[in-house]
Amino acid sequence: MLKDQDRIFQNLYNDKGSDVASSQERGDWVNTKEITDKGREWIINEIKDSQLRGRGGAGFPTGLKWSFAPKEVGSRPHYLVINADESEPGTCKDRDILRFEPHKLIEGCLIASYAVQAHVCYIYIRGEYFVDGQKLQAAIDEAYEKKLLGKNAAGTGWDLDIYIHYGAGAYICGEETALLESIEGKKGQPRLKPPFPALIGLYGCPTIINNVETIAVVPTILRRGGKWFASLGREKNTGTKIFCISGNVKTPCNVEEEMNIPLKELIEVHAGGVIGGWDNLQAVIPGGSSMPLIPKEKCETLTMDFDSLMAEKSGLGTAGIVVINKDQDIIKCMARIARFYKHESCGQCTPCREGSGWMWRMLERMAKGDATKDEVEMLGDVTNQIAGHTICAFGEGSSWPVQGLLRHFKKEIEKRNNLDPIVQKKNNIPYLVDQHLLDKKNA
Amino acid sequence: MSLRRPAKDQPDSFEFNASSLEAANSIVAKYPEGKQQSAVMALLYIAQRQNNNWIPIAAMKYIAKFLDMPYIKVYEVATFYTMYNLSPVGKYFIQVCTTTPCMIRGANQLVEACKEKISENECELSNDKSCSWMEVECLGACVNAPMMQINDEYYEDLDKEKTLDILNKILNGETPKPGSYRGRVNNEPENNRKTLMDLKNA
Repeated sequence: MLKDQDRIFQNLYNDKGSDVASSQERGDWVNTKEITDKGREWIINEIKDSQLRGRGGAGFPTGLKWSFAPKEVGSRPHYLVINADESEPGTCKDRDILRFEPHKLIEGCLIASYAVQAHVCYIYIRGEYFVDGQKLQAAIDEAYEKKLLGKNAAGTGWDLDIYIHYGAGAYICGEETALLESIEGKKGQPRLKPPFPALIGLYGCPTIINNVETIAVVPTILRRGGKWFASLGREKNTGTKIFCISGNVKTPCNVEEEMNIPLKELIEVHAGGVIGGWDNLQAVIPGGSSMPLIPKEKCETLTMDFDSLMAEKSGLGTAGIVVINKDQDIIKCMARIARFYKHESCGQCTPCREGSGWMWRMLERMAKGDATKDEVEMLGDVTNQIAGHTICAFGEGSSWPVQGLLRHFKKEIEKRNNLDPIVQKKNNIPYLVDQHLLDKKNA
Repeated sequence: MSLRRPAKDQPDSFEFNASSLEAANSIVAKYPEGKQQSAVMALLYIAQRQNNNWIPIAAMKYIAKFLDMPYIKVYEVATFYTMYNLSPVGKYFIQVCTTTPCMIRGANQLVEACKEKISENECELSNDKSCSWMEVECLGACVNAPMMQINDEYYEDLDKEKTLDILNKILNGETPKPGSYRGRVNNEPENNRKTLMDLKNA
């Protein structure tokens, strides 16, 4: 288990309070000027050395992202945008940072803004977190009062204003370009990339977008050194991470642990074990609902980091672990996730808008045992036609969990759905819309 | 995608009151010159708060004029985002999370409780017109599942009995205390904490 002194979020459970004074006791805002005096180059290199990867789901190297910002500010100002639109089912880590460690985030915003030369920072918080957003606003107000923000913030000579922008219940706004559209006061429909936001982002200006957790760990990394951070976890999967363990466990909780920690340790030690014992475990969703589930056999030895989960054809995502035990109907669980995606699709790309509904309806039928034998193949076919055929990654996010279900629980579905196909397998039925499904050569 | 339509009965006019106007102006000031359209989401919230938890068409038209933008763009935003209520929902709007992490911990019991106490169907006002309930997608408090949101506040770690208790209080006009209903502190593992022990009772 990670040593307590190596935990970045000392106030994760709000033992100490979240005001400036108690944050300073934990080391925030102590020598911000010394850090920025070392220069932009040094900050970005130190973050690169720490091998910090974005905590929002995709795991893109943060130092590299910052280095994409133009070196000189041209006619257009730079912006820093913080993504606090945490809506992935199974994830609730950013909420705790917003309400209990706001000064880690605010100081991180100042340092990151300095590094990418932004004078304005927007924090996009999902609308449901209104109360937590108010707590962050109180912390921002206190920071302004203590001259930690505004003109010459914290004595660094850098001017920074931070504003909160509330979302309004759209999951898709967690996608970075949809988030920018939303800040601009439009529907949250993702933009095509390229151009990437680092060059053309908010209001057409260079914009760096980072997750709350990514920014909140930056000040600590710079204080203790990139080498310290890199010494935790393993190569390319370094540092600590807040894991959210929910579902059928005895004590669901948020806990900060080292990367590459065994999944079994997280569940058994911190979450008190699976309800009904380890043998009652059915499957685990390792990184928020859009990551394919992992069946029990693999959970024994699985370690939690970006690359080891990638090797299992899943992903770390946001590290929201949902434990599902054998008392649950796995098909129904996935059907509910499919309903989530059907509800949250922004409607811009046809494969996702229509396909997410198809997947949901087919899975609902399969949960009841009303589907025909050939629909199992058809469902796989639908997922393949969504993933990779959409503007943003929502297409993958909605079809991966279904693909995971088909990969590991196909037998379960087939056992329950034993009806004969309504349409007999015959070629050249002129009125059949789904002709290509029957004729594999044309698929 | 979810289909959302404005209510049939609409008030004729809408205008910000003094406090809403002040709040709206301070929000417009957050955004760069000429980018006042960015404030549309926040202004819709202000309208919703002022107008008893829902947004009439008149308010969308008013906001469009206020921000000097086409009305259809405001309408688009108001119908795209699910947190804007386009028809009356009552003074207390109860949202029960039923996405998988809550579902497997018994969110259906919360739904049953709402059906018993408020109304048979979701999005339907209770007999005294004071509240309504609906099933929503993940509210981002998964380790505190099952949970529900009443207006702005989260009520966590619930079961059927506790939900009935909360709903009774609301129907009697009281405001129940938000947070965990199993007595645990925030998101810590209940009676099983193994980290940051020296801070715990400090």
